[in-house]
Amino acid sequence: MLSHLGARALAGAVVLAGVVTLTFLLVRLAPGDPVERLLGPTATPAQLAVQRRALGLDRPLAAQYAIWVGRFARGDWGRSIATGRPVRVLLGEAVPATLALVGTSLILSYLLGLAVGAWQSGASPRVDTAISITTVTLFALPGFWLGLMLVMTFTYWMHWLPAFGATGLDADGLTGWSRLADRLRHFALPLATLTLIGVGGAARFARGAMRDVRSQPFVRTAEAKGLSPFLVTRRHVARNALIPIVTLLGLSLPALFSGAVLVEAVFAWPGVGRRLVEAVQARDYPVVMAATAVTAVLVVAGNLLTDLSVAWIDPRIRREKRQS
Amino acid sequence: MRGLWRDRRAAFGLALLALVTGAAVAGPLVSSGNPTAQHDVVATRFLRPLATDHAGSFHVLGTDRFGRDVWTRLVYGARVSLTVGALAVLLSVVIGVLVGGAAGYWPGPVRTSLLALTDFVLALPRVVLLLLLAAMARPSTVLVIVVLGLTGWMSVARLVHGEVRSLAARPFVEGAIALGVSRGRVLARHILPNALTPVIVSVALGLGNAIMLEASLSFLGVGVQPPTPSWGNMIASGRDTLVNAPWVAAAPGVALVLVVVACTLLGDALQDALDPTTRYETVR
Repeated sequence: MLSHLGARALAGAVVLAGVVTLTFLLVRLAPGDPVERLLGPTATPAQLAVQRRALGLDRPLAAQYAIWVGRFARGDWGRSIATGRPVRVLLGEAVPATLALVGTSLILSYLLGLAVGAWQSGASPRVDTAISITTVTLFALPGFWLGLMLVMTFTYWMHWLPAFGATGLDADGLTGWSRLADRLRHFALPLATLTLIGVGGAARFARGAMRDVRSQPFVRTAEAKGLSPFLVTRRHVARNALIPIVTLLGLSLPALFSGAVLVEAVFAWPGVGRRLVEAVQARDYPVVMAATAVTAVLVVAGNLLTDLSVAWIDPRIRREKRQS
Repeated sequence: MRGLWRDRRAAFGLALLALVTGAAVAGPLVSSGNPTAQHDVVATRFLRPLATDHAGSFHVLGTDRFGRDVWTRLVYGARVSLTVGALAVLLSVVIGVLVGGAAGYWPGPVRTSLLALTDFVLALPRVVLLLLLAAMARPSTVLVIVVLGLTGWMSVARLVHGEVRSLAARPFVEGAIALGVSRGRVLARHILPNALTPVIVSVALGLGNAIMLEASLSFLGVGVQPPTPSWGNMIASGRDTLVNAPWVAAAPGVALVLVVVACTLLGDALQDALDPTTRYETVR
């Protein structure tokens, strides 16, 4: 088990190094210059050169890369070129916002998706078809468009929920319950957007996995010995179907973060995705690098966690690993 | 495969895709013919769906803030979105077949390194990669196709790799080698044609995905650039007029969802038709 985990962690580290290097190359080779944006069109070439030297952008690319890796590893993530704020502070605000959004929607999507898939796998063909049409439609919704439609409905027509940001303008003056209520109201629409799409995908997959298990002989045995349909589903079908589902959960993490980038852009949610989009557009190198590295760490860590949970759910894998 | 045409999912998917493609090809016949036509903007902007303007032109889906006909833009946007999606999928299938075929046929360092590359690209957050790649050059339609193709080939490569590997051990391949056929020819003439069947499923699913991602990129402003209409940049421009003209953003979104649903259903039906263990599903 430990050696297996070690190998996976090593593979994760390789992915991480690759992502960071690739990002560095891409963002540097892209045309556009943060210093020109910073100093504006009236800056003289001499002024530009001074600022570039101050930021260390006049050195060879390889040297800049080595310096960045060294500093990043020591925890010195630099300052944002566009805003002058320390990158660690910027991301320190953004990471919890993204984790709250992505984490909650992931949990809700899979709980709801599993429930729907379980219901569907034992339902009559007509109900099954009706649910399938619903889940395939949810799955096909573009996050940014669904977000806009929810804003149109719940903000502009019904005046129920706020559409932008994580807190209201008066958030600093609020205390206790009203502060919490303000947070939750801002959380509702972005969360609903990501979760609705997530439920579609999770339910589709859960239905397939459960149908596969349901056609196996041991399920017929369980039914034949008189177990109630609920117990058959819960004990025999769901547990076995959980293995591919949890694996998919890990594989869907990159896609979920990608989806969050767009949903954050729509709702002006102050997360990593929105910071990243802004930073790429402004060629704000330190922010792009740190935000990509943080996203990659989260994805890799999520995949490791998935591996562990699959081993925990499936006693066969657990035992195999212990013996080897 | 014959059961496919009786599968309602496949029938719906194919019919819808044919309808959208037909409308896109016959653009000038089914619409006003000019997606960027502006007349008297003040008099024709934000007309509701089913409205007729002062000049007597009928607007099925209303007009946007420049008085442009939303239905015409939707039809011409379909041309852009479908073309971008199809070419991007084509590119990713070509890359995927090359990588997967090579990885399946040549064991040793070639296989190990190509599979590692595939897993690596698969682990990258795709939108981040798309954003960075899209920043490499001035946003353009060609760039979107290249970027989507370069980030979408991995599932095809994995599929082809598995198929090629299992086919390479079959007697008919051994027979071809024993007859003295060169290795490259065995791969091209005997293995790849047999390995490509499951790729059809990836094409159907990938098309929906590519059209959706094109819209996402155009929505973020790094994809197809206005005034060329694409469904993504139409939604982006409708975002600003969500309060007084919700139909501008709603119409392209509905079109997008329908096409992606059609692709997904078609892909599911193909998958079931190709996989004998789930054939019972297509009987319904």
